[in-house]
Amino acid sequence: MSDARPVRDGTLLGLAVGVSGLAFGAAAVSSGLSVWQTCVLSLLAYTGASQFALAGTIAAGGSLLAGAAGAILLGSRNTLYSLRLAGLLQVKGTSRVLLAQGVTDESTALALAQPDRAAARAGFRATFISLYLTWNAATLAGAVGAGSLGSPQSFGLDVIGPAAFLALIWPRLASGRTERLVGAGGAAIAITTTPLLPPGAPIILAAAAALAGTLASRPAS
Amino acid sequence: MTGPWIAVLITCAGCYALKLAGLTIPERLLGRAWLRRFAELVPVALLAALVAVEAVAKGSALVFDPARLAGLAAAVVALLLRAPFLVVIIAAAAVAAVLRLAGVS
Repeated sequence: MSDARPVRDGTLLGLAVGVSGLAFGAAAVSSGLSVWQTCVLSLLAYTGASQFALAGTIAAGGSLLAGAAGAILLGSRNTLYSLRLAGLLQVKGTSRVLLAQGVTDESTALALAQPDRAAARAGFRATFISLYLTWNAATLAGAVGAGSLGSPQSFGLDVIGPAAFLALIWPRLASGRTERLVGAGGAAIAITTTPLLPPGAPIILAAAAALAGTLASRPAS
Repeated sequence: MTGPWIAVLITCAGCYALKLAGLTIPERLLGRAWLRRFAELVPVALLAALVAVEAVAKGSALVFDPARLAGLAAAVVALLLRAPFLVVIIAAAAVAAVLRLAGVS
C-alpha cells in the first residue's frame, strides 16, 4: 500500500523524462554517431547528461577522447549518488551489478524523496525500469527519425528535465536551511562557471557547495 | 569508424564503473558521519546546479529564454500549491509550449 505512490511517481517520472531520449537520439545521430552507437550509449552508459556531453563534443568538433573524458567526468556524480543510495537502499551482493546501472539523477532524487526504505526501494526500481525502457525506446525513435520530428522545444519538452529535478529536490530544500543554502550555492557555482568551463564541468564543481554545507553542519568539536 | 566506437565504449565502461563504485565502497567508510552528510547534500547541490544550468544556459553560453523560465516559474507555483508531481511537470511544459506557440522565444 505504501509502495503504490513511489511506484506511480517513479513510473510517471520515467515516462516523462525518458521521452527526452528522442532529443538525444536525434542529437547524437546529427553529431555523426551511427544509430547503433547512439543506442549502445543509451543501453550501456545510460546517463543522459554524459551521453549529451559526448554527442555535443563530437558535434562541436572536439576530439573523441576529450568527449569521452568529459562524459565520464560528468558521470562521476553517479558515484556520489550510489554512495548515498548504498546506505539508503541497503543493496548487497550481485544485485548491485544490476542496480548500479539504474543510478541516475532521476532514480536518486525519487528514492531520496521517499519517507522510508521500502518506499525508496520501490521508487528506485520503478524509476529505473520505466526510465530505462522509455529512454532506450525514445533514443531509437529519435535516432531513426532524426530530423523528421519537430523541435522538442516546441512541445516544451526541454523544460521537463529541470522542472522534474526541481520537484524532486523540493522536499529536501524544505527540510532545512543548510539544504536550501547548499542548493542555492550549487546553482550559483554552476551558473557563474558555465561561461568559463566545458559543458558538464560546472555541475561537478557544484559539489563544492555540498562540501561547504557538510563542514558547516559539522558539530564544533 | 572505429574511433567513435572506442569513444562510445570507453564512455559506457567509465560511466558504469562510476555507478558501481559508489555501491561497493566499504561499509565502514559509509559509517563516517561527515561522509554520510556529504553524500546526502551532494544530490541537492548537483540537482540544483542542473536546474539552474538547464534554465539559463545552452552549452557554455548563458541564454535568456523567457518561455523556459516561465515554464519553470509555473513549476515553482505548482510546487508551492503542493500540486502532485505530474501536474508540476505538465504545468511547466504546457506554459513553455503555449508561450512559444504565441511567439515568445
